[in-house]
Amino acid sequence: MKITMAHGSGGTATSELIDTVFAKAFHNPVLARMEDAAVVPGAGRLAVTTDSFVVSPLLFPGGDIGRLAVCGTVNDLLMSGAQPQYLTCGFILEEGASLEELEKIVHSMAETAREAGVMIVAGDTKVIEGQGGIYINTAGVGFVPEGRNFGAVNCSVGDAVLVSGQLGDHHAAIMSARMGIENQIVSDCAPLGDMVNVLLASGVQVKAMRDVTRGGLATILHEFAEASGNSIELEEQRIPVSAAVQGFCGVLGLDPLYMGNEGKMVAVVDGTDAEKALECMRNAKYGANAAIIGQVCRRQESAVFMNTAIGGSRIISELFGEGLPRIC
Amino acid sequence: MRQIAQFLKEYDGTPLRLMEVCGTHTAAIAQTGLRSLLSPRITLVSGPGCPVCVTVTSYIDRLVELSMEQTVVTFGDMLRVPGSRMSLNDARAVGGYVQMVYSPMDALRLAMEQKAERFVFAAVGFETTAPIYAMLLEHMRREGITNLSLLTSLKTMPPVIDWICANQNHGIDGFLAPGHVSVVTGSDYFIPLSEKYKLPFVVAGFDGPQLLAAVYTLVQRQGQSGVVNLYQSAVTPDGNRQAQQMVQKYFEPCAAAWRGIGMVANSGLMLRPEYEAYDAGSGGLEQDNGGNKGCCCAQVLTGRLQPEQCPLFGSACTPSTPQGACMVSQEGSCFHHFNSRK
Repeated sequence: MKITMAHGSGGTATSELIDTVFAKAFHNPVLARMEDAAVVPGAGRLAVTTDSFVVSPLLFPGGDIGRLAVCGTVNDLLMSGAQPQYLTCGFILEEGASLEELEKIVHSMAETAREAGVMIVAGDTKVIEGQGGIYINTAGVGFVPEGRNFGAVNCSVGDAVLVSGQLGDHHAAIMSARMGIENQIVSDCAPLGDMVNVLLASGVQVKAMRDVTRGGLATILHEFAEASGNSIELEEQRIPVSAAVQGFCGVLGLDPLYMGNEGKMVAVVDGTDAEKALECMRNAKYGANAAIIGQVCRRQESAVFMNTAIGGSRIISELFGEGLPRIC
Repeated sequence: MRQIAQFLKEYDGTPLRLMEVCGTHTAAIAQTGLRSLLSPRITLVSGPGCPVCVTVTSYIDRLVELSMEQTVVTFGDMLRVPGSRMSLNDARAVGGYVQMVYSPMDALRLAMEQKAERFVFAAVGFETTAPIYAMLLEHMRREGITNLSLLTSLKTMPPVIDWICANQNHGIDGFLAPGHVSVVTGSDYFIPLSEKYKLPFVVAGFDGPQLLAAVYTLVQRQGQSGVVNLYQSAVTPDGNRQAQQMVQKYFEPCAAAWRGIGMVANSGLMLRPEYEAYDAGSGGLEQDNGGNKGCCCAQVLTGRLQPEQCPLFGSACTPSTPQGACMVSQEGSCFHHFNSRK
């Protein structure tokens, strides 16, 4: 069966789609009330975020747009120190989209939401003319426990910089799928709740956290350096990149430092807690390849720089333009 | 390797200018931080080794024109290169059809899937890429594809290196020969030039140790002719004969226009007359009218100026607002110098 314009009409076809696809998968008491807005219990500081997902292909090695839509928003909430609680989701479906594919995506969302411990409590669907595309927006709400205050501005000299695993996996997996290249690269798309919880429960002094998405590690470190007025020094040999992604980047002239992940985070922690933080990350789900990759140092000529494997020094600039492949 | 690094850091002999003529080397030199390891007496300059950077504006203009009638299929690097009026990206915004791909074979797939549409591939590149276009033509002929053509801007290295060296004030003391090109052509390809100008050539790969060894070898062999191949895992003296034959089957040498340099005899490849039907009008694209008069791409491409010496560098010309192709391409020397600026 195909999605038709009728599914976006607001009439019976819409209700049917909601009942048989979305409500069935996301079932919970709050959503079941089917009101215009979800009223949820809560107090204290709220964290709110939203993100839209337009990835192509919709299904890719290691994930799909549904898992991505949950992870992206959940991870954004986690990085602010919040415990993610509720998500909303808006679907924009193009005429001709496959219902079977939509169901797969929705089930994947439901499963990822369960893994991340969040409820999807409200939603919306629109159908537009087009060529069978599916786009998802999610908004998320989380509660921030008292005493948590993370931010790039807190990064100070001597702090350690950690990354939770290998860089570039998601970006390389999507590009491979688009280019029809068969390889071993799989998206790392994952919710990072377990890792953040383990890290924060351990007593490690966390200064700032970010999930590594579009723009890559380099972009985040620039934000940290600018906000704190310090520089960041990286060690090339410590930066984890899988051999498959390294090879892929070599062929296409891409740099893993600028590539997106969807299940990796960067943490800046007090220098004395570096080893402890590393152990926490490595023991957490999705953190097996975590590494200490550098440190915060006094402001130098360049905001972010890297000591290269051959003993040279390389300035890591901000990302300009798109990471387009080169041609020879 | 430590001894090599120490030698290069402490080198206090004759000041040397060494030129790389491969965009991948330009990128690798930036990524490995190689310059930070060299004595101030060793200067690395970039030559015309980035295919996008040496493409003249009339070629871009022709692609823009074609995009209004059929779909222009291109590598991503070409999208933002300014023509005399607009780039392909600009063309797209005013209704041009432009499709980015990662391989010429994607163009074949598009043409087979959409038989009612017409496609033209922006076939830009050097000796490395030419065999891939030859393969594309081979497939097109086999499958009877008639809705895909090529707008070629293919160039070969030796004539342009010869052009640079023929200028008595070139000031180049050695060449890092293009690695990927050498895989196809073989390392012997550079012997005649090396002997003619009594300059050392080193063929090398792209990792840090290879680059260090290449610079070391060029410093050691200053003033001597000869080609040293450090990239033996991929490059043989004769190169890839099969690829060379494929190129010869479909292409023949021609004079070619280089951005900033002008016409260089025998430095291009064009489709042989018998395959004219596959040509989208590549002949005669010689005009080069850069939009911004201050742009020094020409001097940068020939090693006469470092990117920082261009008056537009970093002010009017940045990767977000490129005035010349050298700031657009991921292999452009201006792009890398901008990213490495302090």
